[in-house]
Amino acid sequence: MRLLSVAQGVAWRMLHNVFTNRSLLLPGLLFPLFFFTAFAGGLSNIAHTPGFDFPEGYTAFQFAFVVLQSAVFGGVFTGFGIARDFESGFGRRLLLAAPHHTGIVLGYAIASLCRWAVTVALLTVVAFAVGMKVGGDGVDLFGLYGLAVVMNAAAVLWAAGVALRLRTMQAGPVIQLPVFLVLFFAPVYVPLPLLKGWIHGVATVNPVTRVLETGRSFIAGTPTETGAAFATAAALAVAFLLWALRGLRSAENAG
Amino acid sequence: MRDGLADQVFQLSRRSVVRTARQPANVVGPLVFPLLLLAVNSGGLRAETHLPGFPTRSFFAFALAVPFIQGALFSTMNAGTDLARDIQTGFLNRLSLTPMRPVAVLAGQLGGIVILGLIQAVVYLSVGFAVGVHFASGAAGVVVLLAFSFLVTLGFGALGAFTALRTGSGEAVQGMFPLFFVFLFISSMNIPRNLIGVTWFRDAATINPVSYLIECVRSLVIAGWDGEALALGFSVAAVIVVVSVTLSARALRTRMGR
Repeated sequence: MRLLSVAQGVAWRMLHNVFTNRSLLLPGLLFPLFFFTAFAGGLSNIAHTPGFDFPEGYTAFQFAFVVLQSAVFGGVFTGFGIARDFESGFGRRLLLAAPHHTGIVLGYAIASLCRWAVTVALLTVVAFAVGMKVGGDGVDLFGLYGLAVVMNAAAVLWAAGVALRLRTMQAGPVIQLPVFLVLFFAPVYVPLPLLKGWIHGVATVNPVTRVLETGRSFIAGTPTETGAAFATAAALAVAFLLWALRGLRSAENAG
Repeated sequence: MRDGLADQVFQLSRRSVVRTARQPANVVGPLVFPLLLLAVNSGGLRAETHLPGFPTRSFFAFALAVPFIQGALFSTMNAGTDLARDIQTGFLNRLSLTPMRPVAVLAGQLGGIVILGLIQAVVYLSVGFAVGVHFASGAAGVVVLLAFSFLVTLGFGALGAFTALRTGSGEAVQGMFPLFFVFLFISSMNIPRNLIGVTWFRDAATINPVSYLIECVRSLVIAGWDGEALALGFSVAAVIVVVSVTLSARALRTRMGR
């Protein structure tokens, strides 16, 4: 019970901060839309390259990536907030006041999820407004959202682990750069078989590739390897949960 | 003992370079991030070279132009943020009590940024050569490219300085970053304009000046001597330099007069 009340308080505060401050709200909302526009609009002719086979079109192909990217960056942006809280001293006071410290991490994770829910709702409206096609009966689309929820949790827990260890805004690049690399070393622009050279090797072993390819199969209405994709995302979330909780211990020990 | 304007510019340029060099994040970021994006895009978008009409078989050569412009955009942030810090800490106020001439403040700040911009350009060129990119315009093209990098870095650096002088806030300068990112991505950075399939995107890329900056560098790398691309690129860069330097000089006069 104490866990939930702490989580609720932290989440409410975080969401209040984000939704009442344009400079915090807009990047999280606009960046995914911008990437969606830049990729789906600017690179649509890639769908005409030999071997590109995605009947729903390049907009749908990119939508799956941008949904996952928005989920992951929703977690990253929340991590910036955690770093800011600890740099300003608020985090320290929170540790003194909260009867259950794990609730702090849970609260940030809930805030991250709520924040992303708004982003993905906007993204979905825009995607359908510009004529995105979805295969099957459309229900599978929720499989993509499900995957994104787990990836959002993994990302916020990764970001929390870094922020709780470093406790400064200078943690920003440390949080962001690995996430950026892991995301973009997946088959972002073309399906995996069309990647050639070193990037194909990297993408093959990149866990995000499995999640992304299954996400795209949900949009196509022909889900493939869903178990492996959810297991991969869940494994990342569990690993980063341990990382975040050890980060919390580090923050507690720092006093 | 040297004195006068040249010495003032030298001292402030040196301070600008040393200050940047002492902040590894400001050196490594502008160098590494564009190269990472180059690596990612050149691997992921290689399939584009199979599109009919694509101007080269090497996507790396095609994309090599982007780091030059992206690095210059980073210099906007560096120039602006450093100058904003000078304003916030009162350094500029103290400087205005000395015989230092306002033009030296601006030239010194921009001198340091341009030097760093040229170092970045040399690194990007070296990476290109190391990966085996054949420079279609030859050695003379490399010299023209460095001159172009000088101009573009000066222009964007002055734009960052203008923002800092107008707002006096490092946060406001940083807030410009997403805007520059939009300009970069809604351009021909990833695909030639004639191969952009979506009409509105092609139109946006056509009116976006960043497209012409990228295409100027790209022409030197993959096409050789393309007079139109060079004329457009140098014209756009010159306009950015004239406008941003004029605006920042005015803003500096206002700021130092307060």
